[in-house]
Amino acid sequence: MLKLRDGIIELYKKVATSIPSDVEEALKNAYSNETSYLAKESLNIVLQNIKIARTGLRPICQDTGFPVFYAKVPKGLSHKLIKEVIIDATQIATKKIPLRPNAVDTVSEQNTGDNVGEHFPLIYMEETEEQSLTVDLMLKGGGCENLGQTYKLPASLSVESCSVIAKEENLTLNAERNNAITVLAERDFEGVRRCVLDAVFKAQGRGCPPYTIGIAIGGAKDQVAFLSKKQLMRRISDIHSNAAIAEFENKILNNINNLGIGTAGLGGITTAIGVKIATAHRHPASYFVDVSFSCWANRRGRLIW
Amino acid sequence: MVSESRVRSQESGVRRLNTPLSKEDALSLIVGDMVLINGLIVTGRDKVHKFLIHEMPDKKDIPFDLEGGIIYHCGPIIKKVDDAYKLIAAGPTTSMRVEMYEAGVIKAYGIRGIIGKGGMGEKTLQAMKEYGCVYLHTASGAAAYLTDRITAVTDGWKVEEFGMPEAMWLLKVEDFPAIVTMDAYGNSLHRDVEKISIEKLRQMWQNE
Repeated sequence: MLKLRDGIIELYKKVATSIPSDVEEALKNAYSNETSYLAKESLNIVLQNIKIARTGLRPICQDTGFPVFYAKVPKGLSHKLIKEVIIDATQIATKKIPLRPNAVDTVSEQNTGDNVGEHFPLIYMEETEEQSLTVDLMLKGGGCENLGQTYKLPASLSVESCSVIAKEENLTLNAERNNAITVLAERDFEGVRRCVLDAVFKAQGRGCPPYTIGIAIGGAKDQVAFLSKKQLMRRISDIHSNAAIAEFENKILNNINNLGIGTAGLGGITTAIGVKIATAHRHPASYFVDVSFSCWANRRGRLIW
Repeated sequence: MVSESRVRSQESGVRRLNTPLSKEDALSLIVGDMVLINGLIVTGRDKVHKFLIHEMPDKKDIPFDLEGGIIYHCGPIIKKVDDAYKLIAAGPTTSMRVEMYEAGVIKAYGIRGIIGKGGMGEKTLQAMKEYGCVYLHTASGAAAYLTDRITAVTDGWKVEEFGMPEAMWLLKVEDFPAIVTMDAYGNSLHRDVEKISIEKLRQMWQNE
């Protein structure tokens, strides 16, 4: 178990200090395509930052995140034991790398100092038929985590801007107040599309775009939150096995990039580099849509043991 | 608007700022200006802002001089080596979370500059106009890059009480890069981008 512990410490180090190759590739493409001066300059700094962090083995971002583990455990291996090893590795990695201590007690408001606390790190485990243990780690930044939204369809969506006055009214859009625009989201993919655009518009540049967006559609509130975040673990190049969903992912990505929010929210043509959707069967009464955001620094990695 | 300010920034080049800032310094900057900050700045995020507004500590009870100062929305990683602080990483955090406090902080403590990411709202923009202060957007998530522009962690306040990310740290910076995205004349690049995006949203909500 000592070797597993050291493996997880190394995994922490790799994930905190480097970015997956597919994400870096997508950011390089965004840099090549960008025409807006400020967005291009921001992407240039992002790419330099990735290089500095990787060569110096330094954290990419000072927010080394909320550690989220997804483990696939072979039959017969104790889940409780794996959890203990992860916690042990977390405490050591926090000191050694170092990571920023991010676990704050919500009662006493004290920071535990070692990234270990109540339900912290977040650990999900499932049994696998395979012989080896697979440990996936996501270091999830707080800024982008805060941008996540859950919708219960049908819903009336509304956005407001202090400076925008809706000019005209029609069947789907109407200006309720001087500066609010509302739209209905029904229980279909069009409703889902409207929700995601609502979430990204509200996010603006607050969570370090270009984002990767995870979406889940289904019938249980906790399930969609879990699934939408888990989509952020998929590689950018990963194409959904269901062609209709794969097409829908592309459509939403194009829509998001048409919003003009851009890198760092300073305007530009790349607001997201990937959109990944998961679906789950739903109860007839429920239609949940959950949207998770990752900042450009989508830090994820895998250990096979 | 965006295009005009961009023209100005490219024409005038990069401005060097030295802390503390005077009111004239703040008034000399407009949206789109690129700046390099030199001198001492303090960090402050959620807890510091809540504390400053609710407890209203006297200026003399705060170990750092905030008059004309720059607050950096940042929760750094700092390692204590012997008796000195070593900076590991210090990029910006989302500024909007302290929107409810910032106007009061600018007014009470004479802050002339806010460094952060993502921009702030109308209340802060109004206070910047009223008292003479600017918002300085710095590279989102580029902690490794920005840390190289911070030469020392001089001191810390409320380190034990608030914890490492939430304490107020005094940092010495050299040519720390930022873009003015909100100025003391009521201009905001963030509002301009939002304006463009709400129009796009309206179109895309309307047409499948």
